[in-house]
This record gives sequence, structure tokens and C-alpha cells, in this order.
Amino acid sequence: MLKVSIYRYNPETDQEPYMQAVEVDTGGKDLMVLDVLELVKAQDPSMAFRRSCREGVCGSDGMNINGKNGLACIMSLSEALKGGDTLILRPLPGLPVIRDLVVDMGLFYKQYEKIKPFLINDTPAPAIERLQSPEEREKLDGLYECILCACCSTACPSFWWNPDRFIGPSGLLQSYRFLVDSRDTATAERLADLDDPFSVFRCHGIQNCVNVCPKGLNPTKAIGHIRNMLLRSAT
Amino acid sequence: MVTSVTNLGRSGLSDWLIQRVSAVVLLAYVIFLSYVLLACSPDYQEWKALFENTCMRIFSVAALLAIAMHAWIGLWSVSTDYLTERTLGGKATLLRLSFQAISAAVLFTYVVWGIQILWS
Ligand code: SF4
Repeated sequence: MLKVSIYRYNPETDQEPYMQAVEVDTGGKDLMVLDVLELVKAQDPSMAFRRSCREGVCGSDGMNINGKNGLACIMSLSEALKGGDTLILRPLPGLPVIRDLVVDMGLFYKQYEKIKPFLINDTPAPAIERLQSPEEREKLDGLYECILCACCSTACPSFWWNPDRFIGPSGLLQSYRFLVDSRDTATAERLADLDDPFSVFRCHGIQNCVNVCPKGLNPTKAIGHIRNMLLRSAT
Repeated sequence: MVTSVTNLGRSGLSDWLIQRVSAVVLLAYVIFLSYVLLACSPDYQEWKALFENTCMRIFSVAALLAIAMHAWIGLWSVSTDYLTERTLGGKATLLRLSFQAISAAVLFTYVVWGIQILWS
């Protein structure tokens, strides 16, 4: 039997959140954390969490697993427990809890919206499509793969303190994805929007984002690139 | 674009750059003074002569200004991280402004006092 400790909170019935202890029969298998959650839900249908693709593509089941943010569907028990005997599940830190492991992602999406996550190009559209050379396309690698799971931003102390003003690692990774895209012509406007003391510069290089990203991306590096672009355009 | 009127340089980039440049100045100053103290072990006359030298005075004032700017940017960041409505509720703005005003007064005093010592 596997010991599981889960954060529970139902604002309609609970005064405050509490940790619930549950035991789950894994059949001795090294299940994924999401499978364990499904087993818990079979025992207690009131348990709430988000999930969709169950293969690390949709980014719905980001949560805090034994102290580290990650996707429940692609994190195995052995990886999560690291020799310990209790699986501890909490919602992503720093965002308001709606219920149990479900958080309100509003603030996170608001920051994503701010960076204008779409190509801006006012030149007349060509007959078929805007072409990129293989080298230009290569620059988007390590950026376009982000699935907006919010594991990084909710692991970032700067985002905890200023989620309304600091764009956060995820939004900044996406921002650089459009800044570096050869088809985008709004580079100057995008940079001008970022040059305040909060949007980019609240990043103090703590690198929790790099440590937790389930897709192996490096937001800190992207933020460094944005800083260099700002420096180049302003000096 | 988030607006702010209390940070030092009016833009995130200038604050960031000032923070880096002032850190380099302070590092150079500390290394130089440590070298003088440890390798040359100056007596009072030599120490006094060193600080009467114009180049040394320029270096010292630069270090003094670097401390003030570096500290302001750092303390300002701390105050806007922790002394906010999000962490402390309604009284936060008053508290933050007071903290910033006291920090500014202390740093300004240090600069003027430091210059006075250098030229006395
Ligand atoms: S950068 Fe990584 S951790 Fe952050 S939202 Fe994108 S996929 Fe998730």
C-alpha cells in the first residue's frame, strides 16, 4: 500500500485547507502520479484535479509533487518519492485554490496575454505563406514546445510576490519566442512594453523554472536573451 | 508595461545596468583597499596621504555613489516584493513609502557624510 497525503479544500464546506491521508493499492507497480490520483478518486469521488491528455502534452495536471512542481501524468512514483514512502500532493503554489488541486490560472494567463502571443506582421501577406530559412526556424527550438502548464511560473518566488506585474518565466519564454521569430515585425514595440522594473527585471536568476520545467525548457536563458535585446536596442 | 515612479532609473534596464556597474565599482574598490591594507600595511601618514590623492578621492566618491545606488535599487526591490498589498493588506502602501523614504534619507546621509570625511 502506498501512503498518499493530499491537499484538500472545498470552499463551500471547509473552513480551511487540510492534508488528507489516503492509502492506495498500486499493486507494487511504478505507476505515474496521475494513475495514483485516479485510484484516489475511485475511493473518494469528491477529490478534484485537472487532467486531460495524460501524456505530458496538454499541461493540465501541473501540481506540486513532494515539494516540486511537475506534471502528474509523466512523473513516475519512483521519481516523485525518491526513496521516501509518502506521496505528497499539493496544488501549484502561489495561485488561488478553487478546490483541492485545482487552481485559478487567471493571473498566469493574464501575463501570457500581455506579451501578445501571436505573430504581428503588417506587411502584405504573400500568396501562400511567410517563409523561414531552416536557420531562422531553428531559433524557435526550445521555445515553441512550452505547453503553458505553469509549473515554472508558480515555482518562481518573484512571480509569487508580483504575479500581477512580473510576467513570469513562462510568459517571458513565450515573449522571446515571438521576439526572435523572423516573421514578426513588432520587435521594437514588444521590447518597449517590457522595459520597466517589473515585467522582465524581477527575474533574479533563481532558476527554479529551469529546475521544474517538465519539457526541459530553459526560461532563464530566454530571459537573458530578452535582456540582451533590450541592452542592444537601448545603448 | 508596468509603471513606477520610485525606482532609480525610470526603466528596468537602466536599474539593471546601474546595479551591475555599481557592483563592479564596489568590487574593484574592495579589492584595491584590501590589497593596500594587506600587502602594504600602511602607517597613519601613508593612509592619510593615500586619501588626499585626487585619484583616490574620485575612486572613493565613485564607490560611495555606487553603494548608494546599489543599495537603493536593492532595497527598492525588496520593498516592492514584500511590502505590498498582496502580502500585508491595506496599510502596505504607507509602510512601503515610509520604508523607501527612510532608506533614501539614510543613503543620502551616508553620501554627504562620506564626502565630508574624504575632504576633512
Ligand atoms: S516553460 Fe516549461 S514549465 Fe513553464 S509553462 Fe512552459 S512547459 Fe510549463
